[in-house]
Amino acid sequence: MINYNKVEKSPVELSKKDFVSDQMVKWCPGCGAHAILAAVSNVFPKIGYKKENFAMVSGIGCSSRFPYYVDTFGFHGIHGRAAAIASGLKVANPGLSVWVATGDGDSMAIGGNHFIHVLRRNIDINILLFNNRIYGLTKGQFSPTTPMGSVTKTSPHGTIEHPFTVSGLVMGSQGTFFARVPDNNVKLMTEVLYEAAKHNGTAVVEILQNCIIFADKVHDMVTNRETKEDRQVILRHGEPVIFGKDRNKGIILKGTSLEVVEIGKNGITEDDILVHDMYSTNPGIQRMLGWMKAPDYPVAMGVIRAAPSESYDDLAERQIETAKKTSDIQSVNDLLRSGETWEI
Amino acid sequence: MVQKNAVRELEDVVVKFVGDSGDGMQLTGTLFSDVAALAGNDLATFPDFPAEIRAPHNTIAGVSGFQMHMGKRKIYTPGDMCDVLVAMNPASLKANMKWVKPGATLVIDTSTFDEKAIEKAGYTLSPLEDGSLDGYQVIKAPVTDLIKEALSDLDIDKRLAERTKNMFVLGILFYLFERDLELPLNFIGNKFKDKKKVVEANQTALKAGYNFGETTETIRVTFRVDPAPLEKGLYRNITGNVATAWGLLAAAERSGRTLFLGSYPITPATEILMELSKHKSLGAKVFQAEDEIAGICSAIGASFGGHMGVTTTSGPGLSLKSEALGLAVITELPLVVVNVQRAGPSTGMPTKSEQSDLMQALFGRNGESPLMVMAASSPANCFYYAYLASKYAMEHMCPVILLTDGYLGFGSELLRIPDVNDLPAINPPMADPNDPKYKPYSRDEKTLVRKWAAPGVEGLRHRVGGLEKTNIDGNVSTDPLNHQLMVNIREEKIARIADYLPLLEVNGEPEGDLLVVGWGGTEGALTSAVNRMQEEGKSISHVQFNYIKPLPKNTREVLSSFKKIVVCELNNGQFVNYLRMMFPEIPYNQFNKVQGLPFHVQELTDEFTKLLEE
Repeated sequence: MINYNKVEKSPVELSKKDFVSDQMVKWCPGCGAHAILAAVSNVFPKIGYKKENFAMVSGIGCSSRFPYYVDTFGFHGIHGRAAAIASGLKVANPGLSVWVATGDGDSMAIGGNHFIHVLRRNIDINILLFNNRIYGLTKGQFSPTTPMGSVTKTSPHGTIEHPFTVSGLVMGSQGTFFARVPDNNVKLMTEVLYEAAKHNGTAVVEILQNCIIFADKVHDMVTNRETKEDRQVILRHGEPVIFGKDRNKGIILKGTSLEVVEIGKNGITEDDILVHDMYSTNPGIQRMLGWMKAPDYPVAMGVIRAAPSESYDDLAERQIETAKKTSDIQSVNDLLRSGETWEI
Repeated sequence: MVQKNAVRELEDVVVKFVGDSGDGMQLTGTLFSDVAALAGNDLATFPDFPAEIRAPHNTIAGVSGFQMHMGKRKIYTPGDMCDVLVAMNPASLKANMKWVKPGATLVIDTSTFDEKAIEKAGYTLSPLEDGSLDGYQVIKAPVTDLIKEALSDLDIDKRLAERTKNMFVLGILFYLFERDLELPLNFIGNKFKDKKKVVEANQTALKAGYNFGETTETIRVTFRVDPAPLEKGLYRNITGNVATAWGLLAAAERSGRTLFLGSYPITPATEILMELSKHKSLGAKVFQAEDEIAGICSAIGASFGGHMGVTTTSGPGLSLKSEALGLAVITELPLVVVNVQRAGPSTGMPTKSEQSDLMQALFGRNGESPLMVMAASSPANCFYYAYLASKYAMEHMCPVILLTDGYLGFGSELLRIPDVNDLPAINPPMADPNDPKYKPYSRDEKTLVRKWAAPGVEGLRHRVGGLEKTNIDGNVSTDPLNHQLMVNIREEKIARIADYLPLLEVNGEPEGDLLVVGWGGTEGALTSAVNRMQEEGKSISHVQFNYIKPLPKNTREVLSSFKKIVVCELNNGQFVNYLRMMFPEIPYNQFNKVQGLPFHVQELTDEFTKLLEE
């Protein structure tokens, strides 16, 4: 496998304030997006790349205002197309650290095609997917992740659509990196974003984001501070999948399914608990972990899949390097004079 | 003793090869054209193949053709009606007799004319026997039998022998046009160099065909086409689509910006994508996108990244790209959009040509969304216009739509090979690293062009996007007066490109009775028609537009100098209506044809004669 490790490191240590832009942040007070901005500002200096080598790309929606609020190169695109714009930018210039800010509607409805194909190609970009399960900027219509039956502005009698499970879509599209974090855990988000940056390929980080205006508490069952220990399991590579306020619950693989068990009951010990392998290239168990839903299961947080794989941009660079070394055609003048020509 | 034939010297001649899809007509035509070019003729070619990949054998739907026009003078088009038709089966003869001149020469493979094939072609009686070919010079060759005989000494299986039929026929043609066999024999040797038997079989078939021509008594007249007075230099034959691809590569090389193509396959533009995919040694980055929208958006992303962003498409694809074109307009990034036009609306007739998308290119976006529109006008000049489209896009920081069409894209003609270093320089307005004065929308006073600042360059961090921005600072703004200002600036920026465009050149007198106006791919037919009438002493001139928006600065002056104007287009009048909008005081006639076919010279001269007599 090749990894050109293309992005140049910063010669000086950067801090959070290096990435603060001069623009006024215009998200609603209490919006989960503020936490994402905080985590990104934390993690960019830690990643250690030169400031000029970060580029933020977005589509349309509340999430997509993000590029204005970090002091990097930024491109605020059109609805659904951030992944396509970012693909061009990264393939053109593999020396950039390219980040996409997008929402559930932007990436999975109008931009669904670009989303699945950037994953399939494994272009080395990082996608921050703000999943608030609603269209916020257009003021409250249901999205591809809105829970079935929800009453919204365009579903006054309840939605009759099956929502996407983001992890399922990502892994179904042969994505090599998927992580999930709640918007009220900035520490975990920072860790996860760092892992995303390290991954050579498309990294999707789903952020369970609260829209305080149009879908308030949509993730409450999972993210509520009172119950989150029992409703979330934070995955760490090489560690058993244990959760609960008393750290006494775990996940085991039984037959072809995952099952919640209590350690110390029915003869279950910590040794029986599934150990998380985020680097496995086989997505079987990672898919099942990503698919776990409350209230029957805890919802998996942290890095669920980080399978090593070659990125499109590396392969593209390699083909060009090889062709440059081996081809007789080194200039357009050579090309014009190749094949059948004659003098008159 | 063989009777010596009469030799007819020709100014120019149109030869068409037609047969079943598998008969190798494209290769045969190409080889015949190469030999003509080597003999010094000017030429133009056009393939005519079915949309189906493998249509049923011996049917009209399966007929594949290749037309070439060669001459001892400048050749402008692949020709209207043919002087020589080579027909490999009944269906191809049936489908093409309407394109044959009276008294033309027909070379027919009679061994394919069995009862079943004759019936499948839609004939009730064999055309070889019903008298319908009287009045033509018909050269009947039972090719299958003759091949069998000619190859009998070689150890060759039947299938391979059958596949040399086209070489036998080509041999007849070389005799008919007094061509030297050395080049085609070498060509065969090189093409199949690892397959000795194939070389032997094809070379033998070619020579046998030539000998057949020499000995058959049905050839009463042979032809001679002397060399054309072409400018000295190195030449090659090139199709419009390949020329477009190479022009883009040349622009990338001269500008120092890497070419990035984001494109989705669509007929008749796909060859540009395929051609550029081959040239990774020149650094071209080619991204076959998941759809038309991703094609243009990835190109915009690459342009933002400091690359020469290009997308290629045809009409329906341009429709899909409309929103993103607006994004390129408002972000003021360079972008080259090549639209190889085809007959519409909707899927229309993908393999047939039409000047379908001028209005779409000019106006097909939301909001006030000006961009540059240009058009190539011959297969070879696609090279130069692709180069220039890239130059204007980069130097003026704007999207440029280059209109070509299927007729130019698939057609070929001779290109006098230039030295890339002699082409006009391209100087993209790159921002200097750490320029303390850098602002995203500060502009050059004269051109109104902003600087190009790519991510990765120190000290130039900024944001652009689809939301309206303040002039200079580039902050998001809904301020009414700022929007008015930006709308005006974007329009004016495009208008000022006219300062850098060549003036219109009139073919003929600068004033007179009738001015023939065309744009883009109709140049060859209009030039041929006008030249013919000028030779007859008519007061007629011609002007062809390659720049549509902005128009050349002398447009009004040129149009105002004639008693009558006729604007000829392969659509219902898109350019004439644009001219009516721009110069409403001028009265226009229009001549339109929307049949998926090019103009024929005869129909043009008929129309112009009528207008001159009115």
